[in-house]
Amino acid sequence: MQEWANQLCENRQFGSKMTDSKYFTTTKKGEIFELKAELNSDKKEKKKEAVKKVIASMTVGKDVSALFPDVVNCMQTDNLELKKLVYLYLMNYAKSQPDMAIMAVNTFVKDCEDLNPLIRALAVRTMGCIRVDKITEYLCEPLRKCLKDEDPYVRKTAAVCVAKLHDINAQLVEDQGFLDTLKDLISDSNPMVVANAVAALSEIAESHPNSNLLDLNPQTINKLLTALNECTEWGQIFILDCLANYSPRDDRESQSICERVTPRLSHANSAVVLSAVKVLMKFMEMLPKDLDYYGTLLKKLAPPLVTLLSAEPELQYVALRNINLIVQRRPEILKHEMKVFFVKYNDPIYVKLEKLDIMIRLASQANIAQVLAELKEYATEVDVDFVRKAVRAIGRCAIKVEQSAERCVSTLLDLIQTKVNYVVQEAIVVIKDIFRKYPNKYESVIATLCEHLESLDEPEARAAMIWIVGEYAERIDNADELLESFLEGFHDESTQVQLQLLTAIVKLFLKKPTETQELVQQVLSLATQDSDNPDLRDRGYIYWRLLSTDPVAAKEVVLAEKPLISEETDLIEPTLLEELICHIGTLASVYHKPPSAFVEGSRGVQHKRLTSSAGSGESVESPDTGSAAVSEAPPTVIPSQGDLLGDLLNLDLTPPTSTGPPPTTAPGMQLGAMDLLGGGLDSLIGDESEPPPIPLRTDTPQSPQPPHQSPSPPHYSPTELGGDIGGSPAMGTGFGAPPAAMPASFNAPISGGLDDLFDLGGGGGLTMGTYIPPKSVWLPAMKAKGLEISGTFVRRSGVIQMEMTLNNKAMSVMSDFAIQFNRNSFGLAPAGPLQILTPISPNQSIEAALPLSTVGPVMKMEPLNNLQVAVKNNIDVFYFSCQYPISMLFLEDGKMERQVFLATWKDIPNENESQFQIKDCHLNSDAASNKLQGSNIFTIAKRTVEGQDMLYQSMKLTNGIWVLAELRVQAGNPNYTISLKCRAPEVSQCVFQNYETVLKN
Amino acid sequence: MIGGLFIYNHKGEVLISRVYRDDIGRNAVDAFRVNVIHARQQVRSPVTNIARTSFFHVKRSNIWLAAVTKQNVNAAMVFEFLYKMCDVMTAYFGKISEENIKNNFVLIYELLDEILDFGYPQNSETGALKTFITQQGIKGQSQTKEEQSQITSQVTGQIGWRREGIKYRRNELFLDVLESVNLLMSPQGQVLSAHVSGRVVMKSYLSGMPECKFGMNDKIVIDKQGKGGTTEDTGKSDLGGGSSGKQSIAIDDCTFHQCVRLSKFDSERSISFIPPDGEYELMRYRTTKDIILPFRVIPLVREVGRTKLEVKVVIKSNFKPSLLAQKIEVRIPTPLNTSGVQVICMKGKAKYKASENAIVWKIKRMAGMKESQISAEIELLPTNDKKKWARPPISMNFEVPFAPSGLKVRYLKVFESKLNYSDHDVIKWVRYIGRSGIYETRC
Repeated sequence: MQEWANQLCENRQFGSKMTDSKYFTTTKKGEIFELKAELNSDKKEKKKEAVKKVIASMTVGKDVSALFPDVVNCMQTDNLELKKLVYLYLMNYAKSQPDMAIMAVNTFVKDCEDLNPLIRALAVRTMGCIRVDKITEYLCEPLRKCLKDEDPYVRKTAAVCVAKLHDINAQLVEDQGFLDTLKDLISDSNPMVVANAVAALSEIAESHPNSNLLDLNPQTINKLLTALNECTEWGQIFILDCLANYSPRDDRESQSICERVTPRLSHANSAVVLSAVKVLMKFMEMLPKDLDYYGTLLKKLAPPLVTLLSAEPELQYVALRNINLIVQRRPEILKHEMKVFFVKYNDPIYVKLEKLDIMIRLASQANIAQVLAELKEYATEVDVDFVRKAVRAIGRCAIKVEQSAERCVSTLLDLIQTKVNYVVQEAIVVIKDIFRKYPNKYESVIATLCEHLESLDEPEARAAMIWIVGEYAERIDNADELLESFLEGFHDESTQVQLQLLTAIVKLFLKKPTETQELVQQVLSLATQDSDNPDLRDRGYIYWRLLSTDPVAAKEVVLAEKPLISEETDLIEPTLLEELICHIGTLASVYHKPPSAFVEGSRGVQHKRLTSSAGSGESVESPDTGSAAVSEAPPTVIPSQGDLLGDLLNLDLTPPTSTGPPPTTAPGMQLGAMDLLGGGLDSLIGDESEPPPIPLRTDTPQSPQPPHQSPSPPHYSPTELGGDIGGSPAMGTGFGAPPAAMPASFNAPISGGLDDLFDLGGGGGLTMGTYIPPKSVWLPAMKAKGLEISGTFVRRSGVIQMEMTLNNKAMSVMSDFAIQFNRNSFGLAPAGPLQILTPISPNQSIEAALPLSTVGPVMKMEPLNNLQVAVKNNIDVFYFSCQYPISMLFLEDGKMERQVFLATWKDIPNENESQFQIKDCHLNSDAASNKLQGSNIFTIAKRTVEGQDMLYQSMKLTNGIWVLAELRVQAGNPNYTISLKCRAPEVSQCVFQNYETVLKN
Repeated sequence: MIGGLFIYNHKGEVLISRVYRDDIGRNAVDAFRVNVIHARQQVRSPVTNIARTSFFHVKRSNIWLAAVTKQNVNAAMVFEFLYKMCDVMTAYFGKISEENIKNNFVLIYELLDEILDFGYPQNSETGALKTFITQQGIKGQSQTKEEQSQITSQVTGQIGWRREGIKYRRNELFLDVLESVNLLMSPQGQVLSAHVSGRVVMKSYLSGMPECKFGMNDKIVIDKQGKGGTTEDTGKSDLGGGSSGKQSIAIDDCTFHQCVRLSKFDSERSISFIPPDGEYELMRYRTTKDIILPFRVIPLVREVGRTKLEVKVVIKSNFKPSLLAQKIEVRIPTPLNTSGVQVICMKGKAKYKASENAIVWKIKRMAGMKESQISAEIELLPTNDKKKWARPPISMNFEVPFAPSGLKVRYLKVFESKLNYSDHDVIKWVRYIGRSGIYETRC
């Protein structure tokens, strides 16, 4: 603080000399008028001052667009500073005042001819930043000249300008032949011109994935490699990033490029180094492993990567995220460099966390002692996240390096003794994993763990502890008491804990049947009757049924031997890893996500893959080359730590023996449970008239007796249980009692819920036609010199059409119509030209239907279903925007499989769910369902709970996005509730609006 | 590429906002303020993704610089650019502070227009920029055509970091070899890890476009020459001043300023370049082998009963007796339950600092091959805390006038063929400074 204060004082003194900051302070009323007056002043100095004030206001976000004409008037000046300021203003506001912006064109064109190359460049640079179509037209000629200017400074600026123009009007750039000129610039004598041309071409090529724009061949590669040695650091990055997209023809070419790229590893600029690493990592795939050079290259890569860790912290972070990828792909490169990843006391937290990750990846028998000593230090630091991660890391070491397991366990026990709450919880979670990796080895520590039962307040730790108690129930004397203590607050626990508790108690029961009957009944009834969580209920029923029909099978299923867990965790999936290696240095490598996950539109959608030595010379972009990529000994992928528990549960359900084939098609574990129910229990609950084949049901039908009151037979003994359980009549009755209360509940939630859910009874019926919104006026005649356009959107048998009425309200004939769309959220674009063959005479109107495709360029719009349209005729170009109903984009095949629906619904995180109310709708659920089906919103299942109809619906958008919906309709209540779940939650609002319009019309 | 660049003060007010791409709207300015600057929890990553827009930020004192993009940009490049941006601003108006930014906002916009075009970084060497972006506005009309094309060829040329026509009456250059030596030693005196990270900083005041060649006692070069039998090294050019008699050192890795011809280094391992004018960092390097550890710390900790600790620490200087180490500071951690400390030291001053839980022992100067000792009695409060004291390592700070890596500058030759001065006329200065990095001995 003191330092800040000093600094401020210092600045004040400084400030008294220079006075530009005063421009930031004017905020009084009438400011705009004053500025206007000043801008029109005769005095040059005053003008300049005024423009500065305008720019300052603009910076802080004030709207000074009203001053447009006055500022533009200042443009014709020989004062360059003033000129630049005016240009800055123009770039900001030209779009909002396109007509006025034209006023500036003359000056630009004149400046493009100026004797001073700096001014020529400035003009062409600025013009490219003004995104007004009219200006762009005027830009073409000056740009063409500047691309061939004698001065390299102008040429390098013009090269970037082509990319700017392409962003505004791609067609224009192609038509004008700028792309060819740009390609020619790759052979320019000036390295910076080459670099900028490469950058511009790379960017343009990205939005045309299939074009052969960046025609990389050995000749151009050679040119690029020559320019690489001469251009600026930034230019080197552009060139290296471009090189990385090239696929060498053979290993020899690959090697020669590598040889010319390796010197870049000594560059002071980390980005140059990382981009060079990317090229080398990619081209190395092509080199035969037995080549001497291959080994040399591997050795050369380590030192620069280590050096990156002495850069500024932000860059260290980028480097570490990339090293994480490199270590996964080629662990040999850094295997001896463990020490450099040791955390320093004053590293920022983001660097610390990343270093920790890499330490685990590099941990091996050779260095484990050192690593453990470090991790133990870290576990006593202050930052909670870091400490947690360190504790987890110790567990991962134990799993990864068997020799260290014992030491790791004792370290963890030491940490548990610290009694720091979060340390204890993390430790228990990892010890659970250690048990799974080394069964029957470290169970002696269970007693210590049990002491800390009360302090566990996080679901993951509680669940882990419960798993341990259940799994080792036979060795824990008071296992029943422990589990019972958890059972008290069963309904307040998270699902994770509830599920685990259920399984653990069933395990306990199978191991110690005598003492724990009550407990198991209690948990089964809690799970099946009192819970509204379908997973929990389903699992409860499965256990119940297993236990009641075939306890032997139950034992085989529940207590099945679990496979050991794999050594490496958190590994990135190999195909993703390959793709990310191709993106070293970029944001994708920082996020560890493919670009398509965070980049909008067509950019970055193409997936890059590594090409191995087996690959042909094909372009890397083509997706099929990737399939040739070999990764020797692909690492086993197992879910991350967080999923392990789910994994455990899943295993419990899938018997290794012949208790019935495990669901093979189930996409996830939750579905596994569903599937069992759907298949196995279908006969059971599908038809209510038939008595379900549960033996106990016939025993005590409709027994109102609560289960725990049923007496257990006196001769019931554990030895009997251990022996022939199935055949024992004692077992039958002993067991028969608990589910006695089941039938009552069976009829209610199951037939009401699951049955209907799985079997759509009354869904069918008439399908109503698509709802077509009435035409509305999109472009009023006043705004379009007499042309009025009204229209609507229709989807007919899979074809989207824009139906328009064009009305000529002007005095002259209109002809030469053409239409164009701006980029929009779903890539809507005209599938053909606008067919208006005859001119429209005054007061005549004409109908036109324009078929649309959904393969156009994509850009997210606000609102999402907004469409900006330009219509041209012989008079002028007009712009309007309209909103299309999103149902236009619902595909006919949008009906999801029920089970997929269930799995998907669960799979989509809850934060993606949005809920809406539809008011005043008087349809019943069937009618609503029919109506919606007309718009390709399909009802998959319906269930009725307490007089409320729940419709489960799905729809699929043209871009492959699925939207899942749950529509709740209550008889007599005109308000519907709709919950939407979608991986792209942005669309929910639109979909809801669509529901509303369809249902109400 | 970079879609926009914003500069904020600590309150989150925008000082500079420059948008390069259409996909970045004004709301991005606010998104960063709300989600990062005003975030309730401290931000835990220098890259933040908010609504599919990525923000990169660096902080300089209390100023935030943020680059924004919606594309998959080269992240390393964006950060390098932000640092460069800071360098450029510092070169123009000194410290990066709110006041200075407000005072120079017109200049900053002008710079941003020049060094970032459509989000692509362009030449950002201050040497070049200063020739045509000045605080007085472009000299514009006064320039001749030759001058103008000279500027443009420099900005776009191969030697973008230096302008032509520089003249000095006295051609002079200063080389600083700055090293930081890091050590972790076991109580028994075994080196657990040690490395030196060094920098060669050059200040050059040379006329014209001088071609320079820098030589040091790099093992690879010396070995090669030894075999070839050719010694480029002349008596005069030996500028060495280190304390070690070592012939050569093994360098683990080094990086160079962009003026150095990397391909030449890669093939011949020679460091040749045309330097920027004024001060810059020529190279960085790292060594791990045969490091001269300037000090050895010998700790002795004895627990006398449960309420007393006896600590004795000896430090030994391990370099030529003629050299002097400076600013020596030894930091001996004490347990948390310390109630009182008595210190006796032969040299310097020692104090127990309760707030830092350490005894701090300071010695102004110490010659080589000497030793000094401190002993302390630490009284402890009895506690029932079973947890043992973790005994953090003893750390040390110092500065020595030689390079602990053993690096020696062998020569720096200057050739300027067009002007009439030769290598002999250039006055050269070399200085070696070794500082402690993290220099710790466990006890």
